[in-house]
Amino acid sequence: MAGGGVFLRIATRPALATPETMQEAVRTAIGEATVKKGRVKLDLPPIVENGNSVPCTVAVESPMTATDHVKAIHIFNEKNPQPNVISIKLGPRAGRAAFTTRIRLADSQTVTAIAEMSDGSCWSDDVDVIVTLAACLEESLH
Amino acid sequence: MRRAAAVIATLVAAATVALAAEIPLDQRRPDSDFISADSRAMQNDDTANPAMLVLLDGETLWNTKAGAANRSCADCHGDAEKSMKGVAARYPAYASELGRPVDLAQQINLSRTMDQKAPAFAFESKELLALTVYIARQSRGMPVAIKEDAKAKSFIAAGRALFEQRQGQLNLSCAQCHDDNWGKTLAGNLIPQAMPTGYPIYRLEWQAVGSLQRRLRNCMSGMRAETYAFGAPELVDLEYYLMWRARGLPMEAPAVRP
Amino acid sequence: MARALIHVPPSAKRGEVIEIKTLISHVMETGYRIGVTGQPIPRDIIEDFVCTYNGEEVFRAKLYPAIAANPFISFFTIATERGTIAFSWTDQHGATQVQTAAITVE
Repeated sequence: MAGGGVFLRIATRPALATPETMQEAVRTAIGEATVKKGRVKLDLPPIVENGNSVPCTVAVESPMTATDHVKAIHIFNEKNPQPNVISIKLGPRAGRAAFTTRIRLADSQTVTAIAEMSDGSCWSDDVDVIVTLAACLEESLH
Repeated sequence: MRRAAAVIATLVAAATVALAAEIPLDQRRPDSDFISADSRAMQNDDTANPAMLVLLDGETLWNTKAGAANRSCADCHGDAEKSMKGVAARYPAYASELGRPVDLAQQINLSRTMDQKAPAFAFESKELLALTVYIARQSRGMPVAIKEDAKAKSFIAAGRALFEQRQGQLNLSCAQCHDDNWGKTLAGNLIPQAMPTGYPIYRLEWQAVGSLQRRLRNCMSGMRAETYAFGAPELVDLEYYLMWRARGLPMEAPAVRP
Repeated sequence: MARALIHVPPSAKRGEVIEIKTLISHVMETGYRIGVTGQPIPRDIIEDFVCTYNGEEVFRAKLYPAIAANPFISFFTIATERGTIAFSWTDQHGATQVQTAAITVE
């Protein structure tokens, strides 16, 4: 290829999150509470169309009353440079413990959602996703 | 990248036997048929499609006076929702000022320089993309209206020749993927027929809005071919052929693509 | 001011759970991408998103670099009374942008 540099999107791999750093991030978020699987539904496409923007929905079973509701929802990953994705705070005024956003996933990995309840219990769901590189890389625009 | 090259190499081996053949008119499908349901939903939801943020900028520009003539687009063209209805669906179009076709972005620049007496916007600039998105949106749902009339014929033929010609280190033509292997998988995505009814698009790979010319250059660099410069006649001829090839399909701009 | 699009139903029944959708223009630069110079492009992200309903906080999100560019967040709230639903986005430099929507409740 003549002229113009090739724009390298990933020249060097930065230090990636590991299952250990992810566990640290979970402890920072929810303390020493035990996390049980269930009540949480994490919706992610199993094969990701593009890792730059992955639609992500979390819904938690809860009556969302003053005495029984979801206080917080956290999403974690294990292969991005950083283990945290998003942390949500809500309460009984939410009506429904659910939200949707779009996230970035650097590589094929397991993504985990953890919900903290008003009674202190923590519940989780996880999804394995496959992330591929795009077929055509782009040269510098100019 | 090695994985993609291996896939492409297999495609090349398989495709050398098959002849490049035009897709029959009744088998043509919009590129949105080949993206995920989530991306289609994003495209059709004005609160979820990031291109709509760019459209708002376009609307502001449409109503902003500019240039030595101190005129806004609105001063001559009024309400874009009325005056620009159907316009994007018939671009590229022959520009008598230049004696050759221009795409919608170039037409915007022609009006800007000749009628507003303002400097042209740079290709792929925020402003030019915003105005192009705003105008293209006004044709959403309408059929692509490109005709192969006397003035268009030679340019469409030139575009078709580019589409069918092998190029680059991978020695691939556009036709080998988009005429012969549409619907098959390439590195996690489905190969579309390359019907550019959605441009300018919000491309997830770019995390930004971009033009058809940007996408063509992206494809060409992906094929390890020399890319044409923005605004090159080859790119416009190729756009012209691609839009004519998509005639009758509904406009989807601004679309979402992976 | 970054462009933002908000969808709040203009009216709702008292007690109805409504869906709110928000989208804001922002590059959400992670700080991990290497630029043409060979150096990482500095991080530049929105960090906090807060929704209040007549002044009371009903939803809050802490965003990290793993949130996609042009952050989209949709969530739910109970339509309690007529008034103003306010949305604020604060970036890592502390700059805040606020946008509001009116809602009538029967």
